[in-house]
Amino acid sequence: MTPERLDVRKTYKLFVGGAFPRSESGRSYPIHDGKGQVLARAARASRKDLREAVRAARAAWRGWSEATASNRGQILYRVAELMEGRADQFAHELAGQGTRRPEREVTAAIDRWVWYAGWSDKVHHVVGTVNPVAGPYFDFTFPEPTGVVGLVAPEQPALLGLVSRLAPIIVSGNTAVVVASEGTPLPAITLAEVLATSDVPGGVVNVLTGHKKELVPWLAGHMDVNAIDLTGVPDHLVPEVEATAAENVKRTIRDGSPDFFSEAAQSPYAVSAFMEMKTVWHPMGA
Amino acid sequence: MTDQLEQATDQKPRRAAPWEYAPAPEAKDIVTIRPRYGLFIGGRFVEPRSGRYFETVSPSTEQRLAQVAEAGKEDVDAAVKAARQAWEERWRNLPGRERAKYLYRIARALQDRSREFAVLESMDGGKPIKESRDVDLPLAAAHFFYYAGWADKLDYAFPGRVARPLGVAGQVIPWNFPLLMAAWKLAPALACGNTAVLKPAETTPLTALLLAQVIQEVDLPPGVVNIVTGAGETGAALVAHPGVDKVAFTGSTEVGKVIRRVVAGTGKRLTLELGGKAANIVFDDAPLDQAVEGVVNGIYFNQGHVCCAGSRLFVQESVFELLLEKLKERLQTLRVGDPLDKNTDVGAINSREQLEKIEELVGSGIEEGAEIYQPECVLPERGFWFRPTLFTGVSQSHRIAREEIFGPVLSILTFRTPDEALEKANNTPYGLSAGVWTEKGSRILWMTQRLRAGVVWANTFNRFDPSSPFGGYKESGFGREGGLHGLEPYLDFDRANGRRR
Amino acid sequence: MATSSTEIERSGAVPPGALGFTATQAAGLVARTAAVDAVGLEERAASLAKRSIKREAKLWALDLAIRCMDLTTLEGADTAGKVVAVCAKAVRPDPTDPSIPSVGAVCIYPLLVPVAAGQLKGTTVRVASVAGGFPAGLAPLEERLGEIREAVRSGADEVDIVLNRSAFLSGRYRQAFEEIAASREACGDAHLKTILEVGELGSYDQVRRASVLAMAAGSDFIKTSTGKLSTGATLPAALCMMEAARDFHHETGRRVGVKVAGGIRQSKQAIQYLVLLYETLGPDWMGPDLFRIGASTLLNDVLMQIAKERTGRYQGPDYFTVD
Repeated sequence: MTPERLDVRKTYKLFVGGAFPRSESGRSYPIHDGKGQVLARAARASRKDLREAVRAARAAWRGWSEATASNRGQILYRVAELMEGRADQFAHELAGQGTRRPEREVTAAIDRWVWYAGWSDKVHHVVGTVNPVAGPYFDFTFPEPTGVVGLVAPEQPALLGLVSRLAPIIVSGNTAVVVASEGTPLPAITLAEVLATSDVPGGVVNVLTGHKKELVPWLAGHMDVNAIDLTGVPDHLVPEVEATAAENVKRTIRDGSPDFFSEAAQSPYAVSAFMEMKTVWHPMGA
Repeated sequence: MTDQLEQATDQKPRRAAPWEYAPAPEAKDIVTIRPRYGLFIGGRFVEPRSGRYFETVSPSTEQRLAQVAEAGKEDVDAAVKAARQAWEERWRNLPGRERAKYLYRIARALQDRSREFAVLESMDGGKPIKESRDVDLPLAAAHFFYYAGWADKLDYAFPGRVARPLGVAGQVIPWNFPLLMAAWKLAPALACGNTAVLKPAETTPLTALLLAQVIQEVDLPPGVVNIVTGAGETGAALVAHPGVDKVAFTGSTEVGKVIRRVVAGTGKRLTLELGGKAANIVFDDAPLDQAVEGVVNGIYFNQGHVCCAGSRLFVQESVFELLLEKLKERLQTLRVGDPLDKNTDVGAINSREQLEKIEELVGSGIEEGAEIYQPECVLPERGFWFRPTLFTGVSQSHRIAREEIFGPVLSILTFRTPDEALEKANNTPYGLSAGVWTEKGSRILWMTQRLRAGVVWANTFNRFDPSSPFGGYKESGFGREGGLHGLEPYLDFDRANGRRR
Repeated sequence: MATSSTEIERSGAVPPGALGFTATQAAGLVARTAAVDAVGLEERAASLAKRSIKREAKLWALDLAIRCMDLTTLEGADTAGKVVAVCAKAVRPDPTDPSIPSVGAVCIYPLLVPVAAGQLKGTTVRVASVAGGFPAGLAPLEERLGEIREAVRSGADEVDIVLNRSAFLSGRYRQAFEEIAASREACGDAHLKTILEVGELGSYDQVRRASVLAMAAGSDFIKTSTGKLSTGATLPAALCMMEAARDFHHETGRRVGVKVAGGIRQSKQAIQYLVLLYETLGPDWMGPDLFRIGASTLLNDVLMQIAKERTGRYQGPDYFTVD
């Protein structure tokens, strides 16, 4: 008889600036499986972790927003490729946390990356315009990434919900600070591992796990966050979060709650919602 | 210098004479101002339930022009109810092509009565008649004309999306372009099938009230447009009213933030068009004489009461002295005075309150060590006036380089490289507009891509068109007005696409 | 700014009339001339053209327009008789009204200069002659210079020559410069006006460059057009030239005059040019020494406008002499 082999358990940490630190607070919280057993512990990020995540996201913004659209599209497609390779792991993890039909969610999430990857160099065609102004000017409007976006991920479906909101944010060149599903945070960290090994530059996506109630007000109030996706903010917190967001006139996007498995959950307008329209005028004269 | 040159320098013109342009006032008799105006609710002018009135004053003469009703909570409620009723019973069911015809009618009526509107606008707000005549009025009419055409074409506006009207729009507008802002707000709202309650600014209500008369004359169904005059409290009551589905505000960033908080959590749609501190950047290869015009137009147009005014001028150091000399010389030719004189370039400051704010900030500029320059010009004795002003020796940390002055005051800073220009230009919480002056096409595109502003004017400034989207980045607000993008804030896609809000 | 002539070293040997610029320096000056944005320039000109000039200000302007007028006849059919009549009109534009001033000059072909010189002797009206292969300027240089000398010898106070557009447009700036400088020398004491023929230059950048070239070469005036093309003076082209003259004055201290010509037939146009002048170059330029309007039919329209302002009635052409 060979001695029984102890499995090597994974430590779930934060994902900030391309690295995987623990919370500076040294705190974590337990994640349970479907039967109430402790499955793992997730880092419980503090507001200082959030500050670091925003700093990393801002630092990554220029490079990511100035990458060519085609390049960003290929990088997002690469994320799908890597997820496909780790599909079993994602499914296992989701199942472990009580998700039913996890394979379906994983494949939908992969397909969602593929779908949004293609929009990187096409959304401009849909929402950009050339404006026929009444005068000798060439006038055009095109979308630009708004900057650093805070994403409060939906609680469920933890993986597909996150991907469905994250992909449209970063595909256009925004960088993101994600507050993961509080109840089911593990897929977010595994996704971070995929992002870290794909070609997504460090800092483009930063993932915090922890208590939303603790983190979201700081995210909403942060003066260097340009927009915030409220999809995963509990209804009762929305008024306070939107009011706090007024401090620097943050864009707050609160999409309806569609069935994330349906095609209605994907739209180029989810991309343009996190973009600014810039209008440029130039005279036309010899 | 050669002898020849000295000789040439010595040559004296045989006759040099100043040329005083005789006064060329636009006739006021085209305008009839009623002594007292009620609120425009449900297609009729009604007495305010509040029982209160306030006075609107001409800022160029300080003469009282009329008494205007101050809408209280009950009045706002009545207006919102009238708008709701008109929406449910009439407007939302009207085919787009019929909505279009109403908007076309309004556009035509504005064109028919353009001089009357222009004169009234200059009387009530203090802006030069040449601007109200050549900018505000043509653009206001053009806005209605442009959006009229969208009313029956919305299915083509947003591929893959089903668009429906939102309901009642509550719209609060500023005093700098009173009629034009009303047009910016009402035209897209109505075209998209919404009804509206509009709150004009308290210092400039008269053209909106004349617009109400036009709206009666074109037989717009009662309640589709309601106009409630008043000050901040009236606006607050409007944006907070639960019967309002969409709030649109143009004004200061400070008030915009307050409105954001009021609307928080209500699910109301919101667009904000707020303040700015635009950088106008001149490179040494720029077409300098046109750049000077652009700088002057950028900051002295409408007395600088423009949210997208080019209030920070960044000049490449190698051309700074030359540009400054040209600019100072040009300032001397600006004609400041009677807004109704057709030759006036700079009119009256909109209100005493605004004048005091400008004076306070200019005082801070002097205190902080910047050097002030103002051309000599005789200002009228009565009314609110401020000389076109520029500051040199300004640094990024001065208040006049950071705060929106909303007056004819230019702060001039210098830079050495494109990177430096960009860094300084973007170093502000605002992001409404920017200007770039250079002959180098490649640099224009490089700059426009990196400037964090919603509108970039390259080799021009302060151009507007109904087909061209306008709006800010960062604390200058969100949402766009004008063009295809100006429809989006007035349409409900979620409900139509089966989503829960 | 490209016209930073102060940075250019002046050559030791000063060519007569050339302000110390060598041809090479002038060519460099032209190459570095500030760019002009066509749309911005046209908008500025259009905005100035909207000035509303009324009553006294208008009468003042109309009076000035007459004093600045180069009453012109440049027809192949011009005769001594025609020139005598034009001169009479030039001296007393309205025989019934002595308050109307004489025009600035009479502008004619060289062969008719003696006639005009005789007629205008003892008056304030000056004799201006086109010369130098007008209007194309493509005769051999010596012929052109001979024509200038002949015009001056026969009594011309002012000579209107043309820029060699052939040389200028093909980039031979030195040649264009040297020809103007030589013309300046040939003029002697007479004033030299250099016609740019803006309608052939194709862009405002070129108008501005040609202005700089002509001024550096010693022209006393720069002039828009010959009047022989369908495109004569335009407000934006004139504004562009005025801006060039203003900057040239700032840099060299020398005042160069501006003459607008070609298609100016109505008082309203004349006043628009005066507004451009006033708001660009200022009061110093508001006189015949530094501003001229070349025209043949404008004078009567100005007289009619003056009469209208004075009488309050719109006028008819039968009441004004045709010469």
